[in-house]
Amino acid sequence: MSEALVRVDGLKKYFPVGGIIFTKGWVKAVDGVTFEIRKGETLGLVGESGCGKTTTGKLILKLLKPTAGKIIFDGRDVTKLRGKALKEFRRQANIVFQDPYSSLDPRMTVFNIIMEPVRIHKIHVDDPEEFVIKLLYEVGLNETHLYRYPHEFSGGQRQRIAIARTLALRPKFMVLDEPTSALDVSVQAQILNLLKDLQRRYGLTYLFISHNLGVVKYMSNRIAVMYLGKLVELAPAKELFENPMHPYTKALLSSIPVPDPELARAKERIKVTGEPPSPINPPSGCRFHPRCPHATEKCRHDEPALKEVGKDHFVACWLYA
Amino acid sequence: MAEEVYEKKILDRFSDALIAFLVKIITLFRKDWYRRNRSRVEEWKLMLYALNRSPIGIAGLVLGMSFIIVGIIGPIIAPHSYDFSFIMATGQYKKYFLAPPGTGGALLGTDDLGRDLLSQMLYGARISLVVTALVLPVGIIIGIMLGLIAGYYGGIIDEFIMRVTDMFLAFPGLILALALSAALTDRMALAIANNPYLTGLVSFIFAVKPNDALNMAQTLSIVVALWIVWWPGYARLTRGLTLQAKNNVYVEAARALSMSSVGIMTKHILPNILGSLLVLMTMDVGSVILVEAGLSFLFGAQMKIPDWGAIVQHGSQYLVNGAWWLVMIPGLAILVSVLGWNLFGDALRDILDPRTRRSIEFKVKKVKKTSEEAGEVSK
Repeated sequence: MSEALVRVDGLKKYFPVGGIIFTKGWVKAVDGVTFEIRKGETLGLVGESGCGKTTTGKLILKLLKPTAGKIIFDGRDVTKLRGKALKEFRRQANIVFQDPYSSLDPRMTVFNIIMEPVRIHKIHVDDPEEFVIKLLYEVGLNETHLYRYPHEFSGGQRQRIAIARTLALRPKFMVLDEPTSALDVSVQAQILNLLKDLQRRYGLTYLFISHNLGVVKYMSNRIAVMYLGKLVELAPAKELFENPMHPYTKALLSSIPVPDPELARAKERIKVTGEPPSPINPPSGCRFHPRCPHATEKCRHDEPALKEVGKDHFVACWLYA
Repeated sequence: MAEEVYEKKILDRFSDALIAFLVKIITLFRKDWYRRNRSRVEEWKLMLYALNRSPIGIAGLVLGMSFIIVGIIGPIIAPHSYDFSFIMATGQYKKYFLAPPGTGGALLGTDDLGRDLLSQMLYGARISLVVTALVLPVGIIIGIMLGLIAGYYGGIIDEFIMRVTDMFLAFPGLILALALSAALTDRMALAIANNPYLTGLVSFIFAVKPNDALNMAQTLSIVVALWIVWWPGYARLTRGLTLQAKNNVYVEAARALSMSSVGIMTKHILPNILGSLLVLMTMDVGSVILVEAGLSFLFGAQMKIPDWGAIVQHGSQYLVNGAWWLVMIPGLAILVSVLGWNLFGDALRDILDPRTRRSIEFKVKKVKKTSEEAGEVSK
């Protein structure tokens, strides 16, 4: 087992609700998340909309200030970094955003977009044009695209440009925040393969955030499942799909549509009723208990901790405690 | 299908030539420029094509440009100096006292002192132009800076800047300007009189005689007053646009790269909101002309300079004598200049707004298609 590149410990992020002066309450977007991402691996982070996946990703990159918790990157505590040290950290860790239509400045040419990180970090490049062209080739574009504007590109091409921009600094770690969910299905696969290819070539470490289970399965070595700001299960990808333990994970997996109707009928379907509760006022005890078919009295009062139940398989559920 | 080529009108060819000329000039200084900015040049061309299809915009541009051109060359081409008097020169008091337009030598007539109205108008255009050129940039820069800071940082900084802006907006601008210019004029006149360089500069930019530089103090104090009342509008608009622009993911992407706040404001936010600001700037050229004319109308009696507003004020005393031209002609000049810039601003908004812009571009393309169809039919 290789060592951890990123370790997140008890990470919390509460957003205030209400006015500037009087806070009516807090949205507990991320509420005590602990996990690690190992060097060279892809950790998938899945969960439904609003469960805090993206917030977690942004917290790790210090795009948001955590309410509590620690972020260890490459053996260094980066939680409190500021100024120069933060800049240095961000050179090694970066993000690819979900929507390539708004993540590229419409007033900049591709050349300027990709050169931007290099300029910000004042890295000396002998021949900027050659540097950018090389990066463009790496992401499957070419030099004819160099001086065009983002609106001249398709969604997939734009995402390639965004990836090239993050690659320009040769980071060790990238947060991929639903990088394919805004794209056509046919283009999704290309982008995923590109990301895998880049990972192999440069030994990148990914945190892959998505709500698409198929995509996460394809990309990840390990998968973390989030529900309402908390991790409910963390396991190697294969293990998670073959042997899901947490009732929420089971429900999530059974919601994947099966193309064959015969198989679909044969498949055990676990239905979850109700809506996800509000993160302002999360349920007591296990957060999943109001919707869980196996909920007991204990689940209503005590919160289960994330526990290792199999090899490398963690679950936060009283069923396995 | 053949490559889509826009059907070009005569104006389009002219604008193409204009851009080609511009590109040539830039290429003189930066060899690589065109290769790197081909997309941008195409964009410019499209914008001009869109403008060419808006007759109102063209009319506005022509009127606005003629205001600038007259303002620059007016004093040079003026047949007489602004204080030249036909009465003094010829001694023909009867002929040149309030002479109607067309009277021997005075194309637009004369006033009660026998001064040539045409020459006064041409010198007045310079004053209007210089005032606009002095007021707008300062107001715009202060307003944009404060608006960017307020919008970008938000919170208490935003509250503070915007409340101050509200204070200035709540004050009637014209009255504030009146009070300020009344208070400033004397000091300004003293400063101009005591400093020979300042005297020279003032008389040069306003194209007045050095003796009259002192009298420009009134105009200059109007300029200062307008600086103070002009920025809040820009601060407001910029703040609103900044709030909108900073929610774009590319701003967050730049933050993820550790770009400084100033960098984000100047490199990402400002270029993206400049289009909307440009529309306001264009329309404001007209507003400044109007407000300045209004203020100089109010100060008119004390002003010894050929400002359009002052000419109207001076001439209005002789309306009862039937001297309509002393009011109508400067009034018309003000109207046309203001209207021109407003029309141009309106057209500019249509061109820069992506929604209306696409429809204009579509129109451009459609013309091509129908003409192609027509060609096929005729074959």
